[in-house]
This record gives sequence, structure tokens and C-alpha cells, in this order.
Amino acid sequence: MSTSFYNQEHAEFRELARTFVARAVEPHLRRWDADGLIGREVWKAAAARGLLGLRTPEEYGGAGVADYRFRCVLTEELSRVGAAAFASGLAINEDIVAGYLLNLGSDAQRRRWLPGMAEGEVVTSIAMSEPGAGSDLRAISTTATRTDAGWVVNGSKTFITNGGSSDVVLVAARTGEREGRPRLSLLLVPAGTPGFTRGRTLDKLGLHAQDTAELFFDDVEVPADNLVGEEGRGFHHLTHQLPLERLSIAWRGLSGADAALRWTLDYVRDRSAFGQRVIDFQHTRFRLAELVTEVDVTRAYLEKLVLDLNDGRLDATTAAKAKWWATELQQRVVSACLQMHGGYGYMTEYPIARAFADARVQTIVGGTTEIMKEIIGRALAADRS
Amino acid sequence: MPNIVVLVKQVPDTYSERKLSEGDHTLDRDFADAVLDEINERAIEEALQIKEAHDGEVTVLCVGPDRATDAIRKGLSMGADKAIHVLDDALHGSDLLQTAKVLAAAIRTVEDVDLVIAGNEASDGAGGAVPAVVAELLGYPQLTHAREVTVDGTTVKVTRETEDGLTHLEASLPAVVSVGEKINEPRYPSFKGIMAAKKKPVETVDIADLGVDAGDVGLANAWSTVVEAAPKPPREAGQRVEDDGDGGVKIAEYLVGQKLI
Repeated sequence: MSTSFYNQEHAEFRELARTFVARAVEPHLRRWDADGLIGREVWKAAAARGLLGLRTPEEYGGAGVADYRFRCVLTEELSRVGAAAFASGLAINEDIVAGYLLNLGSDAQRRRWLPGMAEGEVVTSIAMSEPGAGSDLRAISTTATRTDAGWVVNGSKTFITNGGSSDVVLVAARTGEREGRPRLSLLLVPAGTPGFTRGRTLDKLGLHAQDTAELFFDDVEVPADNLVGEEGRGFHHLTHQLPLERLSIAWRGLSGADAALRWTLDYVRDRSAFGQRVIDFQHTRFRLAELVTEVDVTRAYLEKLVLDLNDGRLDATTAAKAKWWATELQQRVVSACLQMHGGYGYMTEYPIARAFADARVQTIVGGTTEIMKEIIGRALAADRS
Repeated sequence: MPNIVVLVKQVPDTYSERKLSEGDHTLDRDFADAVLDEINERAIEEALQIKEAHDGEVTVLCVGPDRATDAIRKGLSMGADKAIHVLDDALHGSDLLQTAKVLAAAIRTVEDVDLVIAGNEASDGAGGAVPAVVAELLGYPQLTHAREVTVDGTTVKVTRETEDGLTHLEASLPAVVSVGEKINEPRYPSFKGIMAAKKKPVETVDIADLGVDAGDVGLANAWSTVVEAAPKPPREAGQRVEDDGDGGVKIAEYLVGQKLI
């Protein structure tokens, strides 16, 4: 961990985050996995320690600290215990939905939702993916139609983080077309709105504690005030959030890789085979040397991008580089680290086994590696990068 | 509205290796991580609980070098209102009698003190006498080894727990209370607490400000001296006995040999 990136305040925050994770997160991980749900207690415990609503201004109940490094610290501390499912749910609330509300929401929308989010009372989802539309947002078929009273939403969404239990969902819906291209708008749909139902909690390869779900909208009426940002400007609004969204996932990738290496170093220093410690084999050393070097180099790149984000200078294409690189690195590191654990690495009581399954989605979620490369490639072709 | 002063000490982390300096056998502060002594977190917690029940103010008082500000800040981020940091190079190597004298002098600078709360002993020196000495110097009643504290008007009641059993103590305020491990579970700071702590006043004073003579403090004038220090000898390997059907007899012989039975 470089000392120039973090200062004394971050160190104090880390001590707090580590205590919180040890008391309120780590003891519950297995139960959350078994339940397929993260209890609300941890959100409230996090709020009681002021760990939620970090960049939400104080007038909306948050801490008013825009510096993303605090979020980085919290992500690292969650990664150290393998709390990937909670970290991903947290990122939706803290980085994504709070971001939309802060940047695009009306004062009334902010007052309605942000204080509850900072208090751990309100958990949110963002609903973009559909059974027939993932990376290809133009294929979104969920519609929102204007009425005298507001909007009527119809359609279905899938792979929605926090989806089984969220209190409000920010839904991307088609609200018209221009020159043959769909126009998207963003609408807040609170839980309990008639016609809004949830499917089963999806049975996933990893992130078992995440209640990722399908959502259905059947003539769901919401008031006009629930439109976030401008009508038909959905694509533009989404684009605006991309730098933070991608960096958030990239940082989870880096933190996940770092944690995997820590567990593995502990393991290979302790475990003996053929009369010596596993770390005394040249292969182990060379492999770990390679991985640690890759993680260190990646950290340097991402740290720069976090500082750029803080200064409002991070663009979506640069963030795409970080996203695919850090998450692909996470896959390589976690897989190699599992191998070094031998048979125990395949046992889910070892965090490396769960991390292996949890990490797999990282190169898919929030834009696949291929889409990230396409974005970077497009910029190269247009000579913009 | 009790006005409470909490005595806090920064100590080497018990999880890190602790060492004395080669030259003067004082604590090698560069060697170990420095933290707020855990028993002091409990003392602060107790003060905060009393404050929350009765209002009032909590002042953290620390005698220590520059970096003791970290321990002070931890106390403030937990919720204490302000702090006094006695910082003076002349204090280096002071023993507990001298430290108690400086603490008492500092407490006298706080107006209308009702309660002084301390941990019963620090995890480094483990002298366990500072609260009593401070009480004696101030002429306050001392209620030590508390596992329960209740403040009611101008009296304080304490359940004192020692190896001899429980004793119920009562005294008029102002008084000195020292708390034991079982007193409470200390809270940990919130993020808002950490941020707010930066704005809380920390008064840094030297011994001249407190009217303490430099000739009364420091290693050269200490009442106790560490003459020699040696690391704890490594633990010897245990004795291994094979059980050939007479294991019980061998264990009994061993215990007799150790004069344990």
C-alpha cells in the first residue's frame, strides 16, 4: 500500500473500516451466503459508523466527503475478508445510484432517497440489463409511456444487483425513438408500486449472498416527478456516470487480487510439501513474484485514475482500460492463487475458493472486457486517444 | 453536568514486539506501533456514557511525546470534547510518581473537575498506581478497579472488583475512578467522529505552564531506575514421555518432581 496515495485521514478511516468489517461483516458471511441475502443489519451498522453516503452532502444526510479514496479503503477492507457480495451491493448504492441522484436528481428526489441511503434504511438497484439486452443497451425493450399523471412502465429486467430486496429501482426505459434509435429515460420505481414484481433470486456461480434478481413491470404507474434527469437523455446520462462506474469495478478487482495474494502468501509460508515450505519452491516464488509485480503496477495506474476522478478529469475510455485490465488481472491472480492452495483451494471454507467464484463476474458486469476493448479501440480508430 | 477528565496513555501495541532502548532502558518508541491503551478506551467509554446520561464535558488528558497526538485524536473521535497534551522533552524517562505529579498539575488547570477517570493499569509499565497517586496529590477520594460506575448528583458509586471479591464504594465528587477490563465494551469512532475530532481543541502545554520544576521530572530525577534489562529467555521444549502403559504413573512422578502434588 503506497503511503503517498493515502494520508492520515485515510489511515484513521481504515482503522474504523477494519473494525466495522471484523465486527459486523466477517462473522456473518457464511450465513449471508446460505441465505442468499445480506441482512439489513449490516447496512444499519455501516450507517451508524458513518460509512454510508460518503460523498452525499451533509444536507442530504451524508458525510460530504467527495474524495473517492475513502471508498477505496472500504472496498479494500471488505475484500480482505472476501465480502465481495456486500461490496458489490454497496457499490450500487454508493457509487451508482447515489451518483445519479447527486448529478441528475431533483432536490425533491435527493431529499426523498439520499438520507435513507446514508442511514442504511434504503437499499437501491439500477435496472439496465434485460433478458435480451446486456451490453447492447439499444436493444432495451422496457418502455415508459407518458400519461397525464406521469409514466407507465412495462417490461422486464434481469441480473439486477440488490434486486430481491431493494427499496427503489432506477429503471432505464425506452421513451421514444429518434432517427430509428431508441431514446432512453431513467425512472425511479419504489418497491410496492402496483404492477412492480420480482422474480426468483437468481442462482449464480458466485456472489451467493447477493440477492440478484429479475424484475417485472406490468403497467407500473409512477408520477412525473420520478423521472431522473431529462426525458430521452438516458444514453447521455449513463455515459456521464461511466468513469466512476468502471473505476469502482476496477478497484474491486485490484482489491480482490490483493486480498487473494495475502491469503496465499500466508498459506504457502505455512504449508509444507516434500520437506519444505511451499513458498520455498522456485516455481511458487517466481509465480508470486510475477503476480505481485502485476498487482503493484496496476495499483499505481488505478491510484492515478482515482486522483483524476477526484479532480473531475477521468474520462470513460481511460476508465474502460482500468476496468478490463484490473478485472482480468483479478481472474489470473485468483486462479493462480487457488492453484497454490492445492486441494484446500477447492474447498469453500477457504476464502480463495469463494473468491474464485465471486471474481468470475467481474469481467462481465458493468460492460464486458470485449466491450471495454471495443470502446478503447473505437477511440483509437477515431484518433481520440 | 459532570466535568470529566480522562487520563490516557499511548503505549506500544501489545501485538507488536516491545523493546527497551539499549542506552537508558526507557521504552524504545521507534520500535513498536503506538496505540491508545485499550484500558483507556474503556475509561473514555465510561466517561462518554456518564456524559450522555447527565450531560457535561469530557476532557482527554495525555502526557506523552509528539506522536501521542494520535492517541488523543482517537479519544476525541470516540466523542471526547477536548484534550490537553502535556508535551515536554524534559519528561523523557519519568517514572509513575513524576508522571502522576504532572497529571495532577494538569488536572488542576481544568476548572470545576468532578470526576477523573483512568484505566487501572497501563499495558506497558503495568504499575497500576497512577490513579491512586493522582487522587492522593489532588486530595480526592480514590475508587479503583471499578467494574461499574454510577454518578448520582454529587456522589459517585463504584463496584470495585479485585481478587478479594466485590466491594461497594461511595464517595463525594470530585473523585478519581480507575476502571478495569470488565467495565464496558468501548465504542469505535464513526467517520463523522473522526472528521469532527480534527476541529476539537487540543491544548498543548509544557511543564513550565503547569508550574512543574524541570528538576522534578525526567529520567535523571526519577525515583525508580531500571538498572538492567534482559529479554525473556526462550521457552524450553517440554519433556516428552512415551506411554508404554505406564503413562499415568510417569505423569504423577513428574508432578511430584515439580512439587505440584
